[in-house]
Amino acid sequence: MSTAEVIAGILWLALTAYAVLAGADFGGGVWDLFASGPRANEQRGAVAEAMGPVWEANHVWLIFMITGLFTVALALYIPFTIAMVGIVLRGASFAFRAHGADAVGPTSPWGVIFGVASVVTPFFLGTAAAAVASGSIHAPGGRLASGYLDGWTTPLAIVIGLFALSICAYLAATYLMVENEDRPDLLADFRRRAIAAALVSGALALLAVAISFFDGSRLLESLTGRGLPLFVLALLNGPLALWAVWRSRPRIARVAVVGQVVLVAWAWAIGQWPYLVPPDLTISATAAPEATLTGMLAVVTIGGLLLLPSLWLLFRVFKARNPQARA
Amino acid sequence: MDNVTLARATMGTSLGFHIVFAVLGVGMPLLMSAAEGLSLWRHDEAWMVLARRWSKAFGILFAVGAVSGTVLSFELGLLWPRFMAFSGGIFGLPFSAEGFAFFLEAIFLGLYLYGWNRLTPIQHWLTSIPIAISGAASSVFVVMANAWMNTPAGFRLGPDGKLAQVDPLAAALNPSTATEDPHMLVSAYVVTGFVVAAVYAAGLLRGRNDIFHRRGLAAGMVMAAVAIVLAGITGDSSARFIYEAQPAKFAAMEGIYQTQRGAPIHLGGIPSDSQHRVLYAIEIPKALSFLATFNPNAEVRGLDTFPAADRPNPVLVHLSFDGMVGLGLFIGFVAAMFWFLALRRRFVPTGRLLLLGLVAAGPASVIAMEAGWFVTEFGRQPWIVYGVMRTSEAATSAPALGPTFAIFIAIYAGLAITTGRLLLMLAARTRGAAL
Repeated sequence: MSTAEVIAGILWLALTAYAVLAGADFGGGVWDLFASGPRANEQRGAVAEAMGPVWEANHVWLIFMITGLFTVALALYIPFTIAMVGIVLRGASFAFRAHGADAVGPTSPWGVIFGVASVVTPFFLGTAAAAVASGSIHAPGGRLASGYLDGWTTPLAIVIGLFALSICAYLAATYLMVENEDRPDLLADFRRRAIAAALVSGALALLAVAISFFDGSRLLESLTGRGLPLFVLALLNGPLALWAVWRSRPRIARVAVVGQVVLVAWAWAIGQWPYLVPPDLTISATAAPEATLTGMLAVVTIGGLLLLPSLWLLFRVFKARNPQARA
Repeated sequence: MDNVTLARATMGTSLGFHIVFAVLGVGMPLLMSAAEGLSLWRHDEAWMVLARRWSKAFGILFAVGAVSGTVLSFELGLLWPRFMAFSGGIFGLPFSAEGFAFFLEAIFLGLYLYGWNRLTPIQHWLTSIPIAISGAASSVFVVMANAWMNTPAGFRLGPDGKLAQVDPLAAALNPSTATEDPHMLVSAYVVTGFVVAAVYAAGLLRGRNDIFHRRGLAAGMVMAAVAIVLAGITGDSSARFIYEAQPAKFAAMEGIYQTQRGAPIHLGGIPSDSQHRVLYAIEIPKALSFLATFNPNAEVRGLDTFPAADRPNPVLVHLSFDGMVGLGLFIGFVAAMFWFLALRRRFVPTGRLLLLGLVAAGPASVIAMEAGWFVTEFGRQPWIVYGVMRTSEAATSAPALGPTFAIFIAIYAGLAITTGRLLLMLAARTRGAAL
């Protein structure tokens, strides 16, 4: 493996971590928006407790992916800008709600903004991912040849965007089930939501595969090529996760759904290896010079050695609960 | 408006907004750590109360700084893809390092803000130290990237104009880093010190003369006074470096059109491109040559010697530079007055005129800092990488930049208003409660 591929692998690990952690946050925002029934306020409270604001900092990895891939940044300017607006508003409204509860309650403008942003960002990031995965971004010789609406406005992209949103909601619902194991009424609420999210995301995933089959885009090629083993595992894991939710085994469900996200992300990545942006940009062609990559590895190693123990400390002190909710 | 102008406007607004929160993110952790440390060392409850109050306000400020910083990172790629395509591989390391520093700061801030009841007093205070260090480190790393834009180093272009060789360490430790980094870091403490002091001075003016206001004012002024002196020193070395390394920027800063020996300083005034001189300025003969080189007859290269397309806008740059220095001298004077009176009376001075000056010094320090950034950014134009890539070649050709700009103005306005309201609410609540 070249240095470029090692770095790409590390970046993809970081993106997977982002998808799992921040994805659950976005999903939490969905359930906040759709809190309903007699326990709506308690549902919102449970969401606030389970979210981890520190993961907002994980956006830095997303940024490296975008700044490093200028053709992607150029081609997908619109969905990334919308996602960026969502991230900003989400982060700010979260902080405002946590610190100024009286002024910015759940029905206030910032509460609505929080919910809407939590829906918008995963959707548009999903459409952007679809554009890349379907091979719609053409950049022969490194110059962008496709248009600004290409790849992320297709039916496939919309389905994948909705899939991204639903899997975030699914992630969050299973997290919330685990966090509320001691409250049977809330547990039941989130179980229902998890089941709904499971069915929706499963259906959307199959729909995406079907569309890809009919429009001949790269996605199916990737998933049935190098990505096949992981794709098969994902197909098997899906029903397992749903079973765990159905039988109210929240911890198994959470592991399974996290596993689902990991499997899907890596099936995609490995499926389109050695391309970073099919059909024209390979990992080695878009990589920074060797000296920079080596430097990057050094920075990541040193940074990781500082970061991982600190994260462990944070988890230890707060037992993985959102410290802000208990303030 | 064309794409380049829109990209510049959007990026500039984002930077101008973010920097206010970023400098507080560098300076406030040091204040909080010092206050808490003093409290533990002296067994003094009042310092602890101040530390707690500051940390509550800081939680909000940090979050807004964080999201505005996220926007900037996105905008680097989205608005300037050609710039990032060329430069990313060269100066990407400081950005990555900054990412880690920020993440660490966020983690320890989480421990600090919410761990009061879960950590021992000493443990809790210890978590404040990485926050202060990471904040300063973030500033150092990020400014390395900006410094590289001023004096690009650590790469070679092949005969085809493409990157042939890269030395990322040389890029990070480029010639400007040694002057730009200390000056920006110190400026963060200048702004933090004067802004904190201004808040308490305003309270004192309203008759809230309690131990918290006096100590808060004093703490801010310790940081402010030390930092403003260092800002002057680092600013001086920066200017002297720019004289050598970026002569076009230097000429624009000072409004020097014709190359001359024994160049004067133009205090104020408006450079006139049509008349090739600075109108209405107070001239101090030979002072510029002397300040730049310690030789009153040294030659200073004029703007006219650069091709018209390579000249920065002297009106913007000169007014910004003089604005920064003028306001810097003003707040330095206020700090000097404060400490002169404080040391003479051995008590925190609370005279009305001084307090008014302190209240004014808060926003003045912010404007001075923004003016400083105007100098370095507008002074580098028309280059985005000095001497290598023009700003006009670097912007995106994507559509919808107009709506993007409009949306961001709206977002920043909303963020600023809500942040202001929340901080005022927080202040009102602390006045009502014990903590």
